[in-house]
Amino acid sequence: MSAYFPTMGLEIHAELLTKSKVFCTCSAEFGGTPNSRCCPVCSGLPGTLPVLNQKAVEYIIKAGYVMNCDISRFTKWDRKNYFYPDLPKAYQISQMPRPVCLSGTVNINVNGVDKIIRINRIHLEEDAGKLVHDDVNRISLADYNRCGVPLIEIVTEPDFHSADEVIAFIEKIKLLLQYAGICDCKMEQGSIRCDVNISIAPKGSTELGTRTELKNLNSLKAIARAIEVEIERQEELLENGERVIQQTRRFNEQLGETTAMRSKEDAHDYRYFPDPDIPPIIFTEEELEAIKSSIPELPEQRVERYVNEYGIKKADADIIVGNKTICDFFDAAISEYNNPKAVANYIIGELMNRINRGEADMENLKFGGAKFAQLVEFMQTDKISQANAKTILREMIENGGSPKDIADRDDLWIKEDNDLLAKVVDEIIANNPKPVEQYKNGDQKVFGFFMGQANKALKGAASPKAIQEYIRKKLGE
Amino acid sequence: MDIKRAKIRDLRNALDNKEISAAELCGEYFKRIEAVDPQLLSYITVTKDKAMKDAENAQKIIDAGKSAPLTGIPLAVKDNICIDGVKTTCASKMLENFIPPYNATVIDKLNEQGYVLLGRASMDEFAMGGSTQTSAFAKTKNPYDLESVPGGSSGGSAAAVGASLAPAALGSDTGGSIRQPSSFCGVTGIKPTYGRVSRYGLVAFASSLDQIGPICNDARDCAIMLNAICGHDRHDATSANVDTPDFTEKLGQPINGLKIALPKEFFSDAVDETVKSCVLDAAKELEKRGAALVDCSMPGLKYAIPAYYLIACAEAASNLSRFDGIKYGFRGEGRTFEELIRDSRSRGFGEEVKRRILLGNYALSSGYYDAYYKKALALKQEIIKEYNDIFEIADVILTPTAPTPAYKIGAQDNDPVKMYQADICTVTVNIAKLPGISTTCGYTADDGLPIGMSIIGKRFDEQTILQVADAFEQGFMTIAPKL
Repeated sequence: MSAYFPTMGLEIHAELLTKSKVFCTCSAEFGGTPNSRCCPVCSGLPGTLPVLNQKAVEYIIKAGYVMNCDISRFTKWDRKNYFYPDLPKAYQISQMPRPVCLSGTVNINVNGVDKIIRINRIHLEEDAGKLVHDDVNRISLADYNRCGVPLIEIVTEPDFHSADEVIAFIEKIKLLLQYAGICDCKMEQGSIRCDVNISIAPKGSTELGTRTELKNLNSLKAIARAIEVEIERQEELLENGERVIQQTRRFNEQLGETTAMRSKEDAHDYRYFPDPDIPPIIFTEEELEAIKSSIPELPEQRVERYVNEYGIKKADADIIVGNKTICDFFDAAISEYNNPKAVANYIIGELMNRINRGEADMENLKFGGAKFAQLVEFMQTDKISQANAKTILREMIENGGSPKDIADRDDLWIKEDNDLLAKVVDEIIANNPKPVEQYKNGDQKVFGFFMGQANKALKGAASPKAIQEYIRKKLGE
Repeated sequence: MDIKRAKIRDLRNALDNKEISAAELCGEYFKRIEAVDPQLLSYITVTKDKAMKDAENAQKIIDAGKSAPLTGIPLAVKDNICIDGVKTTCASKMLENFIPPYNATVIDKLNEQGYVLLGRASMDEFAMGGSTQTSAFAKTKNPYDLESVPGGSSGGSAAAVGASLAPAALGSDTGGSIRQPSSFCGVTGIKPTYGRVSRYGLVAFASSLDQIGPICNDARDCAIMLNAICGHDRHDATSANVDTPDFTEKLGQPINGLKIALPKEFFSDAVDETVKSCVLDAAKELEKRGAALVDCSMPGLKYAIPAYYLIACAEAASNLSRFDGIKYGFRGEGRTFEELIRDSRSRGFGEEVKRRILLGNYALSSGYYDAYYKKALALKQEIIKEYNDIFEIADVILTPTAPTPAYKIGAQDNDPVKMYQADICTVTVNIAKLPGISTTCGYTADDGLPIGMSIIGKRFDEQTILQVADAFEQGFMTIAPKL
């Protein structure tokens, strides 16, 4: 048992899903040929001026509401001055004393325990470009496509004491932002990024230790690992009678270690001051109310609705809602086939099983919810056997297509061939006198044996119901 | 055709009456530029080829009988206003070869009327200065005395108009940069209310103070130019969403009963006796025409220079950070990007620009922000309040434009603080976002150098200051330089 306990706070940057950038009309979409999505404004040419994208303001207000923040009635923008080649104006337009959102709360659940994380502030700023380093030719190239993409920075209070809490919080934030349509939260594309401020203190201490800031955390896995190794590093320092130095550290995922980037002494003096190009904004209650009422259904409300209206188990609803892509898929499926329970069961039982095994990728599925729903409906209405449904699902995962076409092509429909059914079942009963005897003596369990044998031999040629009835009839004779 | 001190209106008539073609007209100006500008150095770039094309285009509009007030009128444009495809240097080595791929909004507006570009007027580097002697390319002289400064920073624009190398020009004014050179060069220049003219495409010096405006032969031409360039612009969030009136509307209307305030601090010992008496004479002249003179005070004026330089330099330090040698402009040498940026900026900027960047960064640094920048913002509010108080009792304010007439080149080179103090009469107008116009009210007895006075109006009341300036000009005999 460690003699220390860790304390952490997060700074999360999330790119907004606006069509255009925050201060010009360039596309804010991810990627693109380098420098194809920039203009004189976002590439900082002299004389150009920023004009605030009202949609971005709307999105950050939504973010504030979903995290239970106070929305400032008066907000303004500041310049954060520093030189870096990926920052063409040499200042980032951000917010210092008057952010759009202040003091919120987000509920998380870690291993069954509920906890409230406090949000310090959320502010709106612009993203910087990207540098690509060519080590062979020893040159660096700048790509300004990302310059001016709107970002919100969510700053939490130091309310975390374990990596599990941090991960649970980020997962919650991702869901909230995704469901509110604010950010797609694709960590691998950098549309959501997280820095962790971390310190340790002796157990029982009321004061916090000296903190370090961890950067370059590109996945939840990396965040958890980086926290773990940084706690170990700080513990080792304190154990050896050394001190933790306040500094920014970069996590190296390959080496599994953090290395110092810069210490407090060489931290930038950003020389913040109010941006004279962007007038402050004063929101009216009506404007805020309109934005608030336009927020779509959030995860918790959705789980509730699935349980209450659809009769889905809470645990299952949590699983579906816990992934926006699956949830959208589910919604599409039930609008095709209104049997939420059956659809949910098949998503969780079959589809997610395959996804978890790595056979399918939810983000790049070759079929939509509607096609999936058709398959569930065929199964529920005894048109396709369970075994054949699995075959069809595998085919859809591999090559796409509709369940009907696949069933037609591969002859997978239940044909209700009573002659074949009678022949097959009669044979099974004839060949298994012992189980027949057992059944007749009251052992109901062997019924399953007969079903299994029949299913196997019939390969979906008859519906389970027909098979069941026929076996019961024959054994009862 | 004699183009000496020719007004836009006269040229309009000549063009519309086919006394002269647009091409011939700009040809006349180029002839004079070629003869006079090698001494005067008012232009950094002369855009003859473009002018000929512009003129051809304008002629078609004129021939079709669809002339706008500026169709075919040749103009000089200060070299910090971006023109698509035309070198825009800000008189700095840093932007020696910078060709913007976009037009400033004012240029789009002038293009709509079919103006003709004569060339790019010189200026103090990045508009920082009051003498045009910090220009890296053309240290402009005063048309009345080639050994004196033309003022600045729009010294090229004012000298070109004063020497009839352009009938009118665009300048920019951050702390007096239109009005002071207009006064030194014996012409009329107006700084509109902040927000009246779009700043889009004006290379920023101090964003909360910068404003584009015209320099012309008289207030009437200024009104014509303002009509062309004013208006709300969605590309500039600070441009005011207000109606643009016809700025010629009040010209010629009597000034009976108009109250003109003379704040005593503007007539202190810091101002030359000649200038003071000349401006006070002009005030009496206006009184004779029916205006009422009102004594008043502006105690905050003594803080104006520090407040102005703190705000302007802080904004400038940030605005000029983008010139790092990475994307465009002058690129120095260096193995790392820090070295590259340091060398580019050390060699690309001139001394005055570097001084102001240092000053601005210092004022914004942690630990100094409250003592300097924040205090300057408080003073700004005080100055605004004092102006509001004066406008409770007066319609316009009359002040000298500069404490002295044009001074000899080199006279202030070694004393930046003295140089900054020379802006005392003009900077508060920018701080308070007011419109101000400078017009000539006399000439020095010994050298015949022009003396200017400024008329300051309420926000968005350019019409009244144009009316007053025009009323004075109608009874005043201007003297063109011999050049």
